[in-house]
Amino acid sequence: MTGLYIHIPFCLAKCPYCDFYSVQYGRGLAEEYKRAVIRNLNYYKDEKFDTVYFGGGTPILLWKEIVEILENVSAADNAEITLEANPCVVLKESLTELRHAGVNRISLGVQSLNDKELKALGRRHNGEAAIKAAETAYNCGFKNISADLMLATPLQTKESLYETVSELGKLPVSHISAYMLKIEENTPFAQRELPLPDEDVICEMYLNTVKQLEDLGFRQYEISNFAKEGFICRHNMKYWNCGEYLGIGPAAHSYYKGERFFVNRDMDGFIRSERQEAVREDPRGAAFGGYEEYAMLRLRLAEGLNLKEYKRRGGNAEMLLKEAAKIPKGCFNFNGESISLTPKGFLVSNTIIAKLLMYR
Amino acid sequence: MALEYPQNIRNFCIIAHIDHGKSTLADRILELTKTVAQRDMEEQLLDNMELERERGITIKARAVRLNYTAVDGNEYVFNLIDTPGHVDFNYEVSRSLNACEGAILIVDASQGIEAQTLANTYLAVEQDLEIVPVINKIDLPSARPDEAKEEIETVIGIPADDAPCISAKMGINIEAVMEQVVKCVPCPKGDKDAKLKALIFDSYYDAYKGVIVHIRVKEGTVRTGDKIRMMATGAEFQVTELGYMGATELISADELRAGEVGYIAASIKSIGDTKVGDTVTLADDPAAEALAGYRNVNPMVFSGIYPADGSKYQDLRDALDKLQLNDASLSFDPETSIALGFGFRCGFLGLLHMDIIQERLEREYNLDIITTAPSVVYRITKTNGEVVMIDNPTNYPDVSEIEQAEEPIVCAHIFSPSDFVGSIMELCQDRRGVFKDMKYLDDKRVDIHYELPLNEIVYDFFDALKSRSRGYASYDYEIIGFAPSKLVKLDIMLNGDVVDALSFIVHTDKAYPRARRICEKLKENIPRQLFEVPVQAAIGGKIIARETIKAMRKDVLAKCYGGDITRKKKLLEKQKEGKKRMRRLGTVSVPQEAFMAVLKLDE
Repeated sequence: MTGLYIHIPFCLAKCPYCDFYSVQYGRGLAEEYKRAVIRNLNYYKDEKFDTVYFGGGTPILLWKEIVEILENVSAADNAEITLEANPCVVLKESLTELRHAGVNRISLGVQSLNDKELKALGRRHNGEAAIKAAETAYNCGFKNISADLMLATPLQTKESLYETVSELGKLPVSHISAYMLKIEENTPFAQRELPLPDEDVICEMYLNTVKQLEDLGFRQYEISNFAKEGFICRHNMKYWNCGEYLGIGPAAHSYYKGERFFVNRDMDGFIRSERQEAVREDPRGAAFGGYEEYAMLRLRLAEGLNLKEYKRRGGNAEMLLKEAAKIPKGCFNFNGESISLTPKGFLVSNTIIAKLLMYR
Repeated sequence: MALEYPQNIRNFCIIAHIDHGKSTLADRILELTKTVAQRDMEEQLLDNMELERERGITIKARAVRLNYTAVDGNEYVFNLIDTPGHVDFNYEVSRSLNACEGAILIVDASQGIEAQTLANTYLAVEQDLEIVPVINKIDLPSARPDEAKEEIETVIGIPADDAPCISAKMGINIEAVMEQVVKCVPCPKGDKDAKLKALIFDSYYDAYKGVIVHIRVKEGTVRTGDKIRMMATGAEFQVTELGYMGATELISADELRAGEVGYIAASIKSIGDTKVGDTVTLADDPAAEALAGYRNVNPMVFSGIYPADGSKYQDLRDALDKLQLNDASLSFDPETSIALGFGFRCGFLGLLHMDIIQERLEREYNLDIITTAPSVVYRITKTNGEVVMIDNPTNYPDVSEIEQAEEPIVCAHIFSPSDFVGSIMELCQDRRGVFKDMKYLDDKRVDIHYELPLNEIVYDFFDALKSRSRGYASYDYEIIGFAPSKLVKLDIMLNGDVVDALSFIVHTDKAYPRARRICEKLKENIPRQLFEVPVQAAIGGKIIARETIKAMRKDVLAKCYGGDITRKKKLLEKQKEGKKRMRRLGTVSVPQEAFMAVLKLDE
């Protein structure tokens, strides 16, 4: 079945490290945006979606609109419906309404529980607010709560990170996404001198966190994703499995009916058009859903790349294995059927994947 | 009065140090004689290669014919032959000089005589040329024309009292130069009815006419339709066209007589058939003997040139073929390197020549190339008595097979203000030089004479000399032979594997510091790999230097935003692209910059 991604590109303020597409929140604009999304959804009345994901931006700002949008989505009975939320706008009222509207998974932008680090990141919440947000969500009936965690941020140390992870382990969260801060061009962070940990420390932070989360019962299933038994994010898995998903909204991406396409980063254009304009992605020499995409995406999963499937999609398994032989031992595992990266390998996954696919 | 043959012909060249204003004076002369219309006047017209204009040097000789009406009312034909001003092209210079009866010697009024100028002036004096000294750049505040004149008189030993003081740049007193040429340079001798002897002093390839040969007719007459023979190569051709060199175009004529300078086109396909210094004669009525002084110039500096992208091998070959059409002194042979794949071993007259060829390949042919460290030719006598010449370190025999190793030695003259003698001698000593003697040119300048191994000056000697003399010193060298030396081959290993393209031959005493420096440079220039990479330098299996490139521990783990796979794909493509530009040596990926960096060890 197909997944549905609805982009909610509104924020109260832009975080200084973020280069995702979003605009300043305004009530009138939100109302118009909602109508445009519903207009677009009407073209997919016949589609049954088994995962729905409201990503941002800060989707929870538009919780009222989202309740209405959900009335226009034909979701499967057991659909996973996720909404991203910022801890400082998580309130009992909105969450209760959303829960009733069918949302059953909340992804909280916790990032850290250390106030100094949060401040350095330019976030508006503190650790206490994040803890409270998780508890509120739980009390509103959400049993599937994910927390975003950032590594390698300014002022972060191995010790402070350890503490944040320990605290997270005590909260009612069942899923953790742990990303490394990447300094993107054209963001305020790119213009500043930042007190970032050094490379060796960052590597240790990542490996320590993998281990610590494992001990807390979160199993790593993807480079940056960890889940308790039964709480793997079904929507995200579609990305790594070359599954199909439809994206609605400016800057949203889709892989739908065999095509990958996206919508331009243009809020006005989106609101004004009857139907969003899909721009076909440049396949860059690799077929949509072909062996290269498969390898690139599956190698992000702990499960790894299945050689049979790789072959089925047109890949040359022998060549791949030949290239794999040149990769240092501790970076990958091969069990006769699948190649998978170890946490150490995940750290250099871009390099490894490029190496493995060089033979083309 | 009408033109009288041959009394009113003047064949002359200009001798000057780089930047002393040779090309500028040539331009002013062209203007003055209205050979070039003002609107066609491009700065330094004779240097018609883009590179020449940029570097302010003349790479190849050019010639041009001018008409000049002298103060006495007589008309003259001037053949101005521009000569390259660099030591690498010494032989070409000597042939150009041989086509003339006189030489204008330009001396910079603020700098005095430089080593290269003196070397070329001696060459001119040897060939019995009349020297016309000219003091240039008198418009500069630092100009000391009287001292320059005095220097000419004491150093070269020719009177310079009535040498015109000019400014080529400002166009001051140019006519006086022309009158000096009329007065001092003798008209050509030679019998137009004798058997043909014409000297080739330059040639270039023209896509329509084939090779165009620049000649100076010494004896006899050559006409369109004549069957000619090149006396050294034996090649024969039919003259399809001949004439004079205008400044911007060729002007055809019916015949060229003894004393005249001009060109011949004869559907010649290969420039190798028209060697500079060779004698042209008539095939049906040949001269008994060729003009004296011809020799085959041998390349002295060698380096491997490889396409950065292996698939451009054929393009590189085509480009070298085309360059060779205009430059017979460039040699190249295919060679294979384990590290760099297919490429060419190229031979050059010297370092500047090598530089120019590399730059032209990159600029005019748009090729990305990798060049290996320059090597000189070594003469190795093996234990079995065999003597081999080695121009590629890869072919250097095993130590056990070597009875004696010899390296080329040059005799170098360095001209410098006396203040810098100490540090220049230190430099020469450091480069294994043997001091010969030192002469004072005047009370401020000296001529320091050293014998130096060529391999010590092929890298960066000139730069070092300049920096030790605040730019004032100049030098000139000539190869005088081979001398026994303690040489070793230094191998560079990456992850335990020898990289053939990085091997080089070095004197034992220099091996250690050099090895260390190269290892450091490689460490700086090779990106981290997935595993630790040792960089080692070894002599015959014994490691003498080592650095370690630490393993890469992480690349970027970014959030995959809303299923934006394309972002990841772009990253992957970028990574693959980057890897493609690298050379894979065993398990190590090496960017081409690393090969370049080891050429510039002293930065």
